[in-house]
Amino acid sequence: MKILVCISKAPDTTAKIAFTDNNTAFDTNGVQFIVNPYDEWYALVRGLELKEQNGGSVTVVNVGLAENEPIIRKALAIGADEAVRINVNPTDALQTAKEIVAFAKAEGFDMVLLGKETIDYNGSQLGGMIAELMDMPYVSLASKLEMEGTTATIHRDIQGGTEVVEVTAPFVISAAKGMAEARIPNMRGIMAARTKPLKVVEGSGANASTTIANYELPPAKGECHYIDADNAAELIELLHNEAKVI
Amino acid sequence: MSTDRFQAPDYYQLDELYTDEQKLIRDTVREYAKANISPIIEDFAQKSEYPKQLIPGLAEIGAFGPYIPEQYGGAGLDQITYGLIMQELERVDSGIRSAASVQSSLVMYPIWKYGSEEQRMKYLPKLAKGEMIGCFGLTEPDHGSNPSGMITNFKDNGDHYLLNGAKMWITNSPIADVAVVWAKNEEGRIHGLLVEKGMEGFTAPETKGKWSLRASITGELVFDNVKVPKENLLPGRSGLGAPLSCLDSARYGIAWGAIGAAMDCYDSALRYSKERIQFDRPIASFQLVQKKLAEMITEITKAQLLTWRLGVLRDEGKATTAQISMAKRNNVEMALKIAREARQIHGGMGITGEYSIMRHMMNLESVVTYEGTHDIHLLITGMDITGIPSFRNDGK
Ligand SMILES: Cc1cc2nc3c(=O)[nH]c(=O)nc-3n(C[C@H](O)[C@H](O)[C@H](O)COP(=O)(O)OP(=O)(O)OC[C@H]3O[C@@H](n4cnc5c(N)ncnc54)[C@H](O)[C@@H]3O)c2cc1C
Repeated sequence: MKILVCISKAPDTTAKIAFTDNNTAFDTNGVQFIVNPYDEWYALVRGLELKEQNGGSVTVVNVGLAENEPIIRKALAIGADEAVRINVNPTDALQTAKEIVAFAKAEGFDMVLLGKETIDYNGSQLGGMIAELMDMPYVSLASKLEMEGTTATIHRDIQGGTEVVEVTAPFVISAAKGMAEARIPNMRGIMAARTKPLKVVEGSGANASTTIANYELPPAKGECHYIDADNAAELIELLHNEAKVI
Repeated sequence: MSTDRFQAPDYYQLDELYTDEQKLIRDTVREYAKANISPIIEDFAQKSEYPKQLIPGLAEIGAFGPYIPEQYGGAGLDQITYGLIMQELERVDSGIRSAASVQSSLVMYPIWKYGSEEQRMKYLPKLAKGEMIGCFGLTEPDHGSNPSGMITNFKDNGDHYLLNGAKMWITNSPIADVAVVWAKNEEGRIHGLLVEKGMEGFTAPETKGKWSLRASITGELVFDNVKVPKENLLPGRSGLGAPLSCLDSARYGIAWGAIGAAMDCYDSALRYSKERIQFDRPIASFQLVQKKLAEMITEITKAQLLTWRLGVLRDEGKATTAQISMAKRNNVEMALKIAREARQIHGGMGITGEYSIMRHMMNLESVVTYEGTHDIHLLITGMDITGIPSFRNDGK
């Protein structure tokens, strides 16, 4: 089983968010980057588990510049067999998808796994785009993935229950919480990652189709008013006249 | 204990000085510690018990002898990486770091440096995997700061050595499979002997009732006519310099470890002071609290720089005993002061197990004493800069 896992870089969840260039670019100064958790904890680990059960290989791919190599090494340390970095700094999902497909199309992967979204842009677009461009079926938000031969049984959490979907490889799946348990690399994995192949390929020249007009931070949190538990009338009054929500 | 929300301070962007691999290993140990040590450590400290179940995991993340060459089961890593691992372990608890320090610097290091090839192959891979636990016996009931006066001794009895004496304050002794014991031969010269659990006449009772390093096990080593096979003598080096070189390695790790404890206290105090409201304001808005926090981050940053430089020197094989001694003394005292100030910032909450502060503070009281007391390290620096040893005042 030949598995491709798409990994992206995301700012650490505790990073301070700020913008530069007239609010058109994210200010990376002092920001720590991590592997996007949905890619790492669920897509990559499930890919590794499937490889451990059925044999095969796990390749990770990242579209990004050399500064992304630490997160790629981490994926190798967790257990991926090889990595490919497509040397392009993408600015939207379609450009990223086209670059991944330009590389992946001829490689004959049985499945493409990726996180349901990145924790910075929350776009959730990439999986669908890759599937479309590769002409493969796409199942999003999978919380469970089992393989039987070439048939996958996938659970999706839906309103009030679970949807069970079957699909035949090759396919694209986006992984949600529950698909696997996060793995912490061990020293052996970190040492092995030193010598695992990290191939750099140049981009195919795909362009972005959107541009960022500007970013805005959410409004600062308002002050908290405490109202005495006995004073429901004051609460109603404030909700009605000040917050204007009732 | 509440969830571990630790965020490491890096005021002078020292991260830029570390390689990607050093950062990956540090972050991995941090992640491991958050997931596996933080949730249980308070409970084990309260129970005064070493969480033995952590041993395989600690081995997997490379906490045991990370700089030992790969052919002996180590990871062959550099000294800065070793330091960063110690920092991350002590960030959670000095007791866990102590166990890793002893295993790495006081047991694996002498076997690697002074052991025969057979001894290396017999012990090092198992020690690296945590399948064997080791301890280091230098201190005696009547010889702490002055180990050269030790009375533990061995006689050549033809086909074996006969070992007699007692060691005290030995980290891991009750659970150790092998003890690196420093003892004098008939000529009064200090040698290292590998004493194994189960040898007749060898016991290792636990020292109970500690208020410090409660999640680390401490005990004695008692030798009553123990027959030690001759092949268990470390052949590579003798004299006080042999155990002292192990202490160099361990003290180097402690210098890093203490920064971890200080970072945790500072981080907790900073967060608490922003969340705790008194007089209608977060206490972080009061100048006296800010003074404490500002001094803490300044001292941490200075210690980080000092220790990074020491790491570079050690990797180049140039760090002197006196340089290591300075970093150990400075950093442990710095951490202890920060723990005390952080405890004040936490008010009454600071004395509870809800926060790690009081545990760090009590742990650091051992750390400031073992591996050379604070004052002994002052004397080491004093001797280094004046050329005059002042350990004894009787002119000898
Ligand atoms: C929890 C714990 C774990 C330990 N683990 C180990 C271990 O694994 N292996 C091991 O071998 N040892 C271990 N030790 C022992 C430790 O190294 C000793 O406690 C330390 O060296 C001090 O010795 P001492 O306790 O006998 O104090 P002493 O040497 O009696 O010192 C008492 C006081 O006198 C001061 N003093 C002594 N001499 C002088 C001098 N010349 N000038 C000025 N002041 C002086 C000291 O600074 C100190 O303040 C451990 C200790 C503790 C507390």
